[in-house]
Amino acid sequence: MLDIQNLQVVFGTGRLRVDAVKNVSFHVEPGAAYGLVGESGSGKSTVLRAICGLAPITAGRVRVDGAAVTTPRGKAFYRTVQMVFQDPYASLHPRHTVDRTLAEPLSIHGEKDAEARILQALREVGLGPSFRFRYPHQLSGGQRQRIAIARALILRPKVLLLDEPTSALDASVQAEILNLLDDLRRRLGLTYILVSHDLAVVAHLCERLLVMRHGEAVEETTSVALRSGAASNDYTQSLIHASQGFTRAVRPSTQALAG
Amino acid sequence: MTKPLLDVEDLRVRFHLRTGTVEAVRGVSFQLGRERLGIVGESGSGKSQTGRAILGLTPPPGEVTAQRLAFDGIDLLTASKRTLRTLRGGRISMVMQDPKYSLNPVMTIGEQIIEAYKAHAKAGRNEARDKALAMLEAVKMRDPQRVFSLYPHEVSGGMGQRAMIAMMLVTDPDLLIADEPTSALDVTVSMEVLRILDELVSERGMGLIFISHDLKLVSSFCDRVLVMYAGRVVEELEAKNLREAKHPYTQGLMRCLPTLADDVRPLPTLNRDPAWAL
Repeated sequence: MLDIQNLQVVFGTGRLRVDAVKNVSFHVEPGAAYGLVGESGSGKSTVLRAICGLAPITAGRVRVDGAAVTTPRGKAFYRTVQMVFQDPYASLHPRHTVDRTLAEPLSIHGEKDAEARILQALREVGLGPSFRFRYPHQLSGGQRQRIAIARALILRPKVLLLDEPTSALDASVQAEILNLLDDLRRRLGLTYILVSHDLAVVAHLCERLLVMRHGEAVEETTSVALRSGAASNDYTQSLIHASQGFTRAVRPSTQALAG
Repeated sequence: MTKPLLDVEDLRVRFHLRTGTVEAVRGVSFQLGRERLGIVGESGSGKSQTGRAILGLTPPPGEVTAQRLAFDGIDLLTASKRTLRTLRGGRISMVMQDPKYSLNPVMTIGEQIIEAYKAHAKAGRNEARDKALAMLEAVKMRDPQRVFSLYPHEVSGGMGQRAMIAMMLVTDPDLLIADEPTSALDVTVSMEVLRILDELVSERGMGLIFISHDLKLVSSFCDRVLVMYAGRVVEELEAKNLREAKHPYTQGLMRCLPTLADDVRPLPTLNRDPAWAL
């Protein structure tokens, strides 16, 4: 479904040059969920943004559904690939109702039957028709993220790019959104690429994942291997340790990594 | 038992708004010695407002009432503004969530630490400078001299948060309130910041109130945990006994987190019983 070969993203030139992504390759099968894990500055979000055209592709190849992407991306691309952003407080227009937010992609793509599709999209994300004419400030964080997911799904894309979809949410709301994403993937046969700093979230949602650090791919592994603790790489190990909470004993590996 | 450092009884924080009165904190009571106390809850549970009320930082139009709110025998509700000013930043200090927003962007880190120190101690310029450098070293800055003259935008999030801890601890407070001190940081960096905080707190024998939404983190860092829901403490327990939590809210919070250890699908969600908020 998605094939990325030697992707490189560079911002700025000369002294200001930043190599955000260096030579990253991975391949995602249709219907699979693939995770990108790393700390901030590891380039994981930049990979997503490069796929959907929000960051430049300096070198390398991105193929979606067998065809190389064009710059700028065409309408057909956005029918196939849609993105859900991290912070539902920032990604929805504060002065547009849910109805208007959901109607916009439909009108851009000249879709008929907007009303029925909006109601269906709301139903899919577990919200009733009563939410249709509300503004974002009248919704909770979890409801907003559901609207953001509905907005992404309304064009029936095949690939959903998820950039930290639950990290702005409370733990109990995170569980609801993860269940929803799991369920939608099964029902609609979607392909996911999930970016997160939380190993447990990635292992829950994805089958395979790529650990990134400083713009480079550190290790590709499966969530099964992660659960059994079979990560070969020191850095992955230190991420696993850190995700298990604070330990009083000093671990030299994490000390050396931080800072 | 010796006299507690902080004694809170029936603390209430209300906001009188046009649309009615919102009770953010509804009758919270606890006592704190020289120990690490965690306050956990979701957004809107009143955990941050509890921390702010102790320091008298409740924003207007908030109103704070309590049967008792005493720090080391000083009644914080009736104390003069002058007394409060000497306590705040001096004997009680607070580390905020995001160093990007809580450090002064137009002052160097060193100047900010000196300012904090000189506001509470009679000290000359040189002594304050030495103290600030020593503090930067205590929070494990690799090159204290260099960090001293940097502006907040020139340091990373982890360094900024360590600088803030340095600033808050330079006056040798008896009580430190840390409101989500690591939520804006990466996992590995936040572990390092916590380790430094942990060392300094146990070295100096301070009391610590650690406010966070992360139950797992709090229970691994603190001695005792208060779980808050809708402005009330629904459960108080020893951090090591978290697994034996009685309240369905605490149990639900524990269960709904995905873990690496086992694969539960779908994740159990929290069914909020309206009775919890009563």
